[in-house]
Amino acid sequence: MVGRASVQSEKKGFALPQVPKIAVYIVGFIPAVWLFYAGIDDRLGADPMRYLEQALGLWALRFLIATLAITPLRQLFNVNLLRYRRALGLLAFYYAALHLTTYLVLDQGLDMAAIVADIVKRPYITIGMATFVILIPLAVTSNNAAIRRMGGQAWAKLHRLVYVAAIGAALHFLLVVKSWPPEPLVYAAIVAALLGYRLVRPMVKKPSPRRRPA
Amino acid sequence: MLIRRPDDILPSEITPREVYFNRRQWMAGAAGLALAASLPKGLEAAPLSAAKSPFSTDEKKTSREDVTSYNNYYEFGTGKEDPAAKAGSLKTSPWTVKVDGMVGKPAEFALEDLIKSSPLEERIYRMRCVEGWSMVIPWVGFPLADLVKRVEPLGSAKYVAFETAFRPDEMPGLDSIFPVLEWPYVEGLRLDEAMNPLTLLAVGLYGETLPNQNGAPIRLVVPWKYGFKGIKSITRISFVEKQPPTSWNKQAPSEYGFYANVNPNVDHPRWSQATERRIGEGGLFAKRRPTLMFNGYAEQVASLYAGMDLRKLY
Repeated sequence: MVGRASVQSEKKGFALPQVPKIAVYIVGFIPAVWLFYAGIDDRLGADPMRYLEQALGLWALRFLIATLAITPLRQLFNVNLLRYRRALGLLAFYYAALHLTTYLVLDQGLDMAAIVADIVKRPYITIGMATFVILIPLAVTSNNAAIRRMGGQAWAKLHRLVYVAAIGAALHFLLVVKSWPPEPLVYAAIVAALLGYRLVRPMVKKPSPRRRPA
Repeated sequence: MLIRRPDDILPSEITPREVYFNRRQWMAGAAGLALAASLPKGLEAAPLSAAKSPFSTDEKKTSREDVTSYNNYYEFGTGKEDPAAKAGSLKTSPWTVKVDGMVGKPAEFALEDLIKSSPLEERIYRMRCVEGWSMVIPWVGFPLADLVKRVEPLGSAKYVAFETAFRPDEMPGLDSIFPVLEWPYVEGLRLDEAMNPLTLLAVGLYGETLPNQNGAPIRLVVPWKYGFKGIKSITRISFVEKQPPTSWNKQAPSEYGFYANVNPNVDHPRWSQATERRIGEGGLFAKRRPTLMFNGYAEQVASLYAGMDLRKLY
């Protein structure tokens, strides 16, 4: 009885309610809307620009991590959120774009000389910029038409760049802080775990997908 | 009539003594918290009378709120809001400062005696953080030189070393599983830097005793150097012959030097030091302002570094 119940739950997976994808975007943009509102209303503390800049970057990294968590969640826990992956990936891109815009406009005041010097001389800014550039083709091809045009295999190959972007984002965070405070280390560890999973799984996985009765 | 014999009460039903006392402690703590929350912040701060100083800048002061809520004091956590939230646990009274090393008159000073023995001044100084932001803070304190003279350094003393309190029970950051720095926090100055009239031992700000998050009860202020040189909650001052170790220099020698003079021409390896953002100025849309050599105190201190290569001795 107990055995049967568990087999059944594994077959069906968790009964997740089907949330419309638009809801993911709406909820996903709440932090951005709140941050801009709180910033203009002077509620982001003593250094509001820095707070906004860092919070937007952090949300970009969180959505990137959420995107990378979809596959292990499905393979390990039988939780299928695949239909929301595109929304999460695009949210990561939008937050990265807002983070970059805040840096360019509010932080540097569009001082092009200072910005170019930063990109050339500061590894964490070089890495941050490169990460954003990597995300552009992924965002541009995040639609069904692009998948059809490119063909599934080429598309999947291109989108493997998200792994590089995740490493870049985690490094960018680690390099911007003084010493080794916990937060960027924790995020780097999560990214490492999600990427490490993809490296290790093909080695561990048995070739036969059939389950043998115990 | 049914009278239960004591045996009927299972031992497991009796609240263990520790739990019982814990609960009491918890309630006392909760009551204390509720009381603290109902009082305005910094109520314990006592007013300090201080004379005005010609060294004060007339720039617009950073608000008390910003000065006391946006701090780097890693003994209480790495977040800017951590010190204001957590530094209340530091017991700053009684407090003594031990002065030792190469001095004619080593001593252990009670804080009250230190404050009484020197006339207090208000010094409104610019404060430039190595992270690229700045404030204007009305400190109350006395010149470090006053104390140096009183203890009569020997001819062999070339440097002054400082040490922050090390109290794991009162400083939650010291227990962190991610040790950010080696504790206790240590700093140092060359003796001539320590004797410069700008160098201040601060015991207050905004006309009151220091809030804990700002380094109560006594801290160093060296306005031409990056903020991390301003060691907080000092318990020991030693006069030494050799350049003493300093915390950030030990953590990342290529990024933080012993001198740490504010210098717009020498960048931090990972970010530019050419400009800064003044806290509280213009909110979200504040413009960066150029950082000044020696944080604008070149007239008073540039001669200390004549002939030195400040690119190498950053």
